[in-house]
Amino acid sequence: MSDTVPETDLSAAAPTSAATAAATLPLSRWSPGEDVIEVQRPPAPGAARGAWRTFVETARGLKTTFGRIAEGTNTISYPEEKVPVYPRFRGRHKLHRFEDIPHNGAQAGLEKCVGCSLCAAACPADCIRVVAAENTPENRVSAGERYAAVYEINLSRCIFCGYCEVACPFDAITMGHDYELSDYDRADLIFTKEMLLAEPLERTPLRNEGE
Amino acid sequence: MTLALVGYYEAWYVQILKAIVIFAVGLQLVPVVLMAERKIMGRMQGRYGPNRVGPYGALQPLADILKLLTKEQFRPKTSVGFLFAVAPLISILTAVAAFAIIPFGNVQHIGGERVGLYGIDVSIGPLYLFAFGAIAFYGIMLGGWSSGSKYSFLGAMRGAAQLISYEVSQGLALVGVIMTAQTLSLTGIVTAQKGMWYIVPQLGGFLIFLTASFAETNRAPFDLTEADAELVGGYNTEYGGGRFASYYFAEYLNVLVVSGIVTTVFLGGWLMPFGIHPPGFLDPFVVLFKMSLITFFFIWVRATLPRLRYDQLMSFGWKVLLPLATLNTLVTAILVVVTH
Repeated sequence: MSDTVPETDLSAAAPTSAATAAATLPLSRWSPGEDVIEVQRPPAPGAARGAWRTFVETARGLKTTFGRIAEGTNTISYPEEKVPVYPRFRGRHKLHRFEDIPHNGAQAGLEKCVGCSLCAAACPADCIRVVAAENTPENRVSAGERYAAVYEINLSRCIFCGYCEVACPFDAITMGHDYELSDYDRADLIFTKEMLLAEPLERTPLRNEGE
Repeated sequence: MTLALVGYYEAWYVQILKAIVIFAVGLQLVPVVLMAERKIMGRMQGRYGPNRVGPYGALQPLADILKLLTKEQFRPKTSVGFLFAVAPLISILTAVAAFAIIPFGNVQHIGGERVGLYGIDVSIGPLYLFAFGAIAFYGIMLGGWSSGSKYSFLGAMRGAAQLISYEVSQGLALVGVIMTAQTLSLTGIVTAQKGMWYIVPQLGGFLIFLTASFAETNRAPFDLTEADAELVGGYNTEYGGGRFASYYFAEYLNVLVVSGIVTTVFLGGWLMPFGIHPPGFLDPFVVLFKMSLITFFFIWVRATLPRLRYDQLMSFGWKVLLPLATLNTLVTAILVVVTH
């Protein structure tokens, strides 16, 4: 594109040294081509026209701001009103139990998590801690061979990327919709297995289909 | 015509009571203006403004003041201690002193005494105003200089240049009114507007005075002294706590003073249009209503116009406003001489 600009134009349009410096900038060699629309500007107004224009434009600005009062506010008063989250919103994690008879015929209500630690391996923030233990016939916790004896998520480290959810082979962990996770103590943000298994408080409204 | 004409004598206790009442009323008006500004500006920007403290956020100014007053007093190591402490006091003192001359009503007969509903009716009203306006520079200048900070200093320098250039136009805009009214007393100017408010014959003077007042009170779009985008906080960058509150208070009191002066000089003070003569005790409310209109305009403009660049401010002041003010004075002078 640069060869379309003749060299003579640059030197001709540079009467002063300052203008030469500006003209030799790479930007000035850019040839706009055909996709540039010439901006139509009115001629610079004289003193009276300019004063009138300033006055009119100021009045127009004042009218605009005054009109905003009638338009009302766009504020969402947060603790009282909440923006509904989308179904795929990644909030606080949930652990799940089997609601019906699992595929291997074990009883319902068993934990889906088998303590494989794939979520912990996938976690980029290293915030999941899993300690697995063997299921026994007397103490059967999960549907698989092993179960998570300890399952902790440190939510002060979690970045809510959802990799744990993707990594889980049994859909035992999913991301919920709760984002109100502030607390006064860091230790309170370490969620244990019982807290993650418990039915979460539905504190945030869910957006409906098509909303 | 005697210059120092005092129309009547007021007993000393009346004067003291008047001073207390006016100071108290002025003091109560400042949080109202502050709150109104935040609410109105919020609405103009599509939000609520403060609405958490008290019903509709009405206690927000109280919370702000409590917060500021309980904060630690501190000053930078490079500051000049005495001036640093005195500067906000100068600001607030001049603002309150200027508030004293705003007439809220004519002379009333209260309990057998003749009481003028104003602090003092000085026979040199506008001069008194500009004298205190000039002293108010020192509040900003000394505050900015004694802070020992470059931002404060730049803000103070801008403030000084701005206030000096715009005070000229402001004064000249009032000269037209003074010539028409043939008096310098503010109550005299109000009573001279019986037939017609001066906003009609002195429309140019009104607009010039209003524009210059924005610069005088350091309000948007002329708030270069505290241009937060460039100068952190301008002349009050290094201030905090009660001293900052003083500056803040003085700024809003200055807005009220300017509204009062505009009301008195151009909007007929306590006079009602169309020959309505309300009973005398309503006079202060008429004045307050007109003042609130002007204050609303101040807030409205702040929500609308962006801040001027420094060179724009200067060239507007000296090349546009001052010639216009001079022309206004000249034309008025010729008309006054011709019609008399």
